[in-house]
Amino acid sequence: MGKTIAEKILARASNREDIEAGDIVEAEVDLAMSHDNAALVSKVFGEIGAEKVWDPSKIVIILDHRVPANTIKSAEGHKTIRQFVKEQGIENFHDIGEGICHQVLPEKGYVKPGMLIVGTDSHTTTHGAFGAFSTGIGATEMACVWATGKLWLKVPETIKIVINGKLKEMVMAKDVILHIIGEIGSDGANYKAIEFYGEVVDEISVASRMSISNQAMEAGAKVAIVPFDKKTEEFLKNRVKGKMEPVYADEDASYEDVLEFEVSDLEPQVACPHKVDNVKNIREVTGIPIDQAVLGSCTNGRLEDLAIAARILEGKKIQDRVRMIVIPASREVYIEAIRKGYIETFLKAGATIINPGCGPCLGAHQGVLASGERAISSTNRNFKGRMGSPDSEVYLASPATVAASALKGEIADPREVLK
Amino acid sequence: MIIRGKVIKYGDDINTDVIFPGRYLAITEAEEMAKHAMEDLDPDFLKKVKERNILVAGKNFGCGSSREQAAICLKYAGVKAIVARSFARIFFRNAINQGIPIVESPKAIEFINDGDEIEIDLERGEIKNLSTGKTFSFKPLPAFIRDIINAGGLVESMKKRLSKS
Ligand code: SF4
Repeated sequence: MGKTIAEKILARASNREDIEAGDIVEAEVDLAMSHDNAALVSKVFGEIGAEKVWDPSKIVIILDHRVPANTIKSAEGHKTIRQFVKEQGIENFHDIGEGICHQVLPEKGYVKPGMLIVGTDSHTTTHGAFGAFSTGIGATEMACVWATGKLWLKVPETIKIVINGKLKEMVMAKDVILHIIGEIGSDGANYKAIEFYGEVVDEISVASRMSISNQAMEAGAKVAIVPFDKKTEEFLKNRVKGKMEPVYADEDASYEDVLEFEVSDLEPQVACPHKVDNVKNIREVTGIPIDQAVLGSCTNGRLEDLAIAARILEGKKIQDRVRMIVIPASREVYIEAIRKGYIETFLKAGATIINPGCGPCLGAHQGVLASGERAISSTNRNFKGRMGSPDSEVYLASPATVAASALKGEIADPREVLK
Repeated sequence: MIIRGKVIKYGDDINTDVIFPGRYLAITEAEEMAKHAMEDLDPDFLKKVKERNILVAGKNFGCGSSREQAAICLKYAGVKAIVARSFARIFFRNAINQGIPIVESPKAIEFINDGDEIEIDLERGEIKNLSTGKTFSFKPLPAFIRDIINAGGLVESMKKRLSKS
């Protein structure tokens, strides 16, 4: 019987010949990533009585969630982490300002196809865009990974998702994945691996694939893999060290389900409060007034996201009553966006630029919402209270829709404002 | 392990942001975390959990973030077990790693009401609803996972493992 990508990677990582979905394996981790919650991980690391990490070269820590520190508590956490990496000889440490972990990890060449990556962040699925088995785990588990390099994992069933057609202008990968989540539900891929195929997947950029693998977590996916190809190779080749060993599924791999989507007619999509699978066509929600527009995050804070928003805002002004917050996903993205003039466009349009990092995405700082306020956001979660007050609302949409809405002061169709 | 207690019942898709809001993520002490458990879902939770310490919920309990605080805050708020139609995968692992007995049972939500008293036998895979007299079964977790729960969580079980080697 043929194997899926997930089965093959876990077989290699657990030194087993033949494994299949449902088996439980003890796997050796290739890369272990944490962010600000490394403070909690290091505390548990002490509690289990571990002294030295198993392999400092396989641990990466990137501070992004509350940067620069917003409270004394956050500052203490960062301080603990800086001390810990020094003591343990962890050189792969990126302090505040480098960007969001899921952007920085591939940018800095840590991600390679076929790897088993775990991260103390649910959106670690992002690195599936590079053909890796990449998934989120909790802090206690990470402490044990730091100590032993090992972790038990259940080999997931795989759902094959085929996306065909040709996207219309102003319709983005974000719209595609929101549409899919709307169809399969917020637990539609719970515990499962997804492999993405199809014309659209081949056609779109690496950044767009990252957006899909990232957002797919909101359907519960354990991993969300786009098979490695020329585009990913192009992105990684000057960044990674050593050989790339991509893993592909066998022709006769056994999938739990095969889902096909034809997206040529797809309109911009919006996930309405308070669930990511509460997805509507743009025309059902246009006209809803907004107070804040957020462009950024590990889902959609990359150069192409800023580019499309800048195209919409070029030479225009956002509505007075709207606060628009732009967060480039990383230092690299930020520098490019300055070079290309996007940042100037945003500033002149009336937006506020904040430093690379998670920004207001998790409701901790830099643009939290007051009660009764409503935001449209290119981030990945719209749970109650996600961006601030439990009485606020978050609508999720593509960068194009976010920019168009900032311009009009209400949820707007990006195809309309460009006319 | 046998757990007995009264039930607080919630619906589907209870996510990690309402279990433990992001604005408190810098907190590192478990007792402090417990003070914010379920804050955005049920403001009376901390009062209720004093009397009733088994949570019963619908599908996809704990969906969302990998934040282990969601499991930790429930444990330290006094939750003794969680029974749900299904769990989101990271929460499922986090709960086990915190030593919280969890039961996946599609029947639970139909056969257990808010306020019922129930008894869960983790090894045998059986829930007795003492209030209604009904008994039903679920597939027990694999033995090595039950061992983690019995040890009180992954920290305790790991300590044993590290001190042996
Ligand atoms: S940008 Fe948002 S979703 Fe992404 S890692 Fe940061 S907090 Fe999480």
